[in-house]
Amino acid sequence: MFQVVMFNLTNGLIVGAFYVLMALGLSMIINLSNVVNFAHGNFLALGGYFAFMLTPYVGFWGALLISPLLTAVFGYAIEQLLIKHVYARNHIYSLLLTFGLGFILQDVCRFFWGPSPLPLGIPDSLSTPITADLFFITWYRVFMVAVVIVAVSGLFAFLKYTRVGMRIRAGTLDLDTVSALGVNVAALRSYNFAVGSYLAGLAGVLAAGQIGLNPNMGDDLIMPSFIAIIVGGVGSLTGTLLGGLLIGVAAALTTVFYPAASEAVIYVIMAVVLLLRPRGLLGEEGMLS
Amino acid sequence: MNALIRHKYATTAIIWALLLTVPYWLPMFGGYTALAGRVLVFAMAAMSFNLLLGFTGIMSFGHAAYFGLGAYGCGLFLKYVTASTPLAMLAGTLLGGIAGTLFGLLLVRRRGVYFAMVTIAFGQVCFYIAYKWDDFTGGYDGLRGFARAALDFGAFKIDIANNSTAFYFFILAVFGLAAILQAFLLKSPFGRTMLAIRENERRARFLGLPIEKHIWLSFSISCFFTALAGSLYALLNNFADPLGLNYIMSGNIVMITVMGGMRAFWGPLIGAVLFVALQDYVSSMTTNWMFFVGLTFVCVVLFFPRGLMGMFQKGART
Repeated sequence: MFQVVMFNLTNGLIVGAFYVLMALGLSMIINLSNVVNFAHGNFLALGGYFAFMLTPYVGFWGALLISPLLTAVFGYAIEQLLIKHVYARNHIYSLLLTFGLGFILQDVCRFFWGPSPLPLGIPDSLSTPITADLFFITWYRVFMVAVVIVAVSGLFAFLKYTRVGMRIRAGTLDLDTVSALGVNVAALRSYNFAVGSYLAGLAGVLAAGQIGLNPNMGDDLIMPSFIAIIVGGVGSLTGTLLGGLLIGVAAALTTVFYPAASEAVIYVIMAVVLLLRPRGLLGEEGMLS
Repeated sequence: MNALIRHKYATTAIIWALLLTVPYWLPMFGGYTALAGRVLVFAMAAMSFNLLLGFTGIMSFGHAAYFGLGAYGCGLFLKYVTASTPLAMLAGTLLGGIAGTLFGLLLVRRRGVYFAMVTIAFGQVCFYIAYKWDDFTGGYDGLRGFARAALDFGAFKIDIANNSTAFYFFILAVFGLAAILQAFLLKSPFGRTMLAIRENERRARFLGLPIEKHIWLSFSISCFFTALAGSLYALLNNFADPLGLNYIMSGNIVMITVMGGMRAFWGPLIGAVLFVALQDYVSSMTTNWMFFVGLTFVCVVLFFPRGLMGMFQKGART
C-alpha cells in the first residue's frame, strides 16, 4: 500500500509539475493579452518534436536547452503574424484563432513526423531507479521536478527583478497606465507570449522524455491547465502554481482509491472552488470578472 | 426604414422557400437529404448559441456539452425507457437544458475570457462522464442500439424512421418552431434587455436591470434550444457520439456562428451550410482535413470577422 500511495503521489507531483509549466505560460498570456491560447498544447508538442530533431546532433542536454528557445521564437512569430491582430477585438476571435491554429499545428506535426508515437531518448544516467525499494522513481522523474522548480523560480525572479518582468506584472494590473507611461505595450505582449511559449516548449521536452511524442500529446494537458488557472484564480501566477500542484496530486491520489474518477476529481475541485470562492483561491476580486 | 424591413422579409421568404424545397433540388447538386438534416441541426445549435454570443454579448465556449447531453438524453431514453421519438426529444432537451441552467448559476458572475474558460471546463466534465461511464453510455464508442421511431398520431402515422424525406421535414418543422420562438423571444421585452446588456452592460445595470439574472436566463434558454438540436442530432444518426460533447464541437458551433455572421438572425444557418459543405468536401478530399478546417478558421477570423451575412449588413455595427 505504501508503495502504491508513494507511486501515485510522486506521479501526481510530476503530472502537477507539467500542469504548472503549461498553466503558467497560459496564465501569463491571459493576464497580459486577454487571450486564451488554445494552441498551447500544440506548442508543447512542437517543443517535444524540436527536441526529437535536435537530439541526434546536440544530445538530450543540448535539446533541453535549445528546443524551448526555438518554441519561444516560434511563439513570437505566431504572435506577430496572427495573434496581435485580434487583441482589440471581441475575445471570441482570439479563442477561434488559436483554436484553428491548434488544428493546423496538430496536422503539421502529423504531416512531418507521422501519426504514430515516437520515443525521445534520455541519457542512461537518468533512466535508472533511485533505490530498489522505490523502483518506480527513476532519476528522470526527480530531474523533471528539479527542472520545473528551477524554471518556475527563474520565471518568478524574471518577473520580479528584470525591467521587462516588472513591466509585465504592471501591465497585468493596469495596462492603460503602463501604456501611458510610455512602455511599448505591443512589444511587451510579444515578449510575454514568447516567455509563455518557452514554458510550453520546456514542458514538451520533459514530457517527451517520459511518455514519448505524438501529434496530440498536448491535448490531455490543456484542459487541466485551464482548471489549474481557474482554481488558482485568474490574474495570480502563484495561484496557478498552487492550482496545478493541487489538481495533479488530487487526481493521482484519487487514482489509488477510485481510478475511474481520477479525471472527474479535478472538475469537482473546480466546481467546489467556484461555488465557495468564485474568484479562485488566490485570484483578486474584479480581475477579468 | 421601409426598404430595410422589406429586405428582411424578402430574406426570410427566400430562406424558407429554399428550406422547404431541399429534397427536390439538393440531389441535383449531388447532395443527399441527410446532409440537409445535418445543416439544420447544426444551424439550430448555432442559432441557439447565438442568442448568447450575438444577442446577449456573452461568450460560451462549451455549448457542445448541452448539445451532447441533448443527444445522449434522447438516445438513452430511446434505448432504456421507451421507443417514443417526441418523449425522447423531451428527455434530451430537459437533460441538457437543466444541466445548463445549473451550470449557469456558477457562471453568471464571470465575464469575458474567464466565462469562456469556465464554460469549456464544464463542457469537458460532461465529455468525461460520457467517456468513462462505459456500461451506460457506451464510452469511447458512443451510444448505439437505439433508433428513431415513427411518429404515431393515433389516426395516422408519419414514418420518419425509414423515409428520409419525411424525417427531413420533421427536422425542418422542429427547426422552424425553434426559430419562430427565438424570433419572438428577441422581439419581447426580455429580448430587448438582452440587447441592452450586449450594448452596454454597465448602463443596463444603472437602469436597474438585474444583469446576472438576465444573463442566467438567457444562458438557460440558449442551453434548452441547443439541447433540442442535440436530441435531433441523435435521431439523425441513430447514434450519440462522445466527441459531440468535446470542446472541439463547441469550437465548431462558435465557428459556424461567426462564419455565418453573429449579428444576423439567419447568420448561423448560412454558417452551417458553409461548415457542413466544407467538412464534407475536405474530408472526402484529404486526410489532413484538420489543417484545412483550421486554416479556414484562421482566415475567417483575420479577414471576415463579420461573417458572410455581416458583409451584406452595410450599416450594421460590429
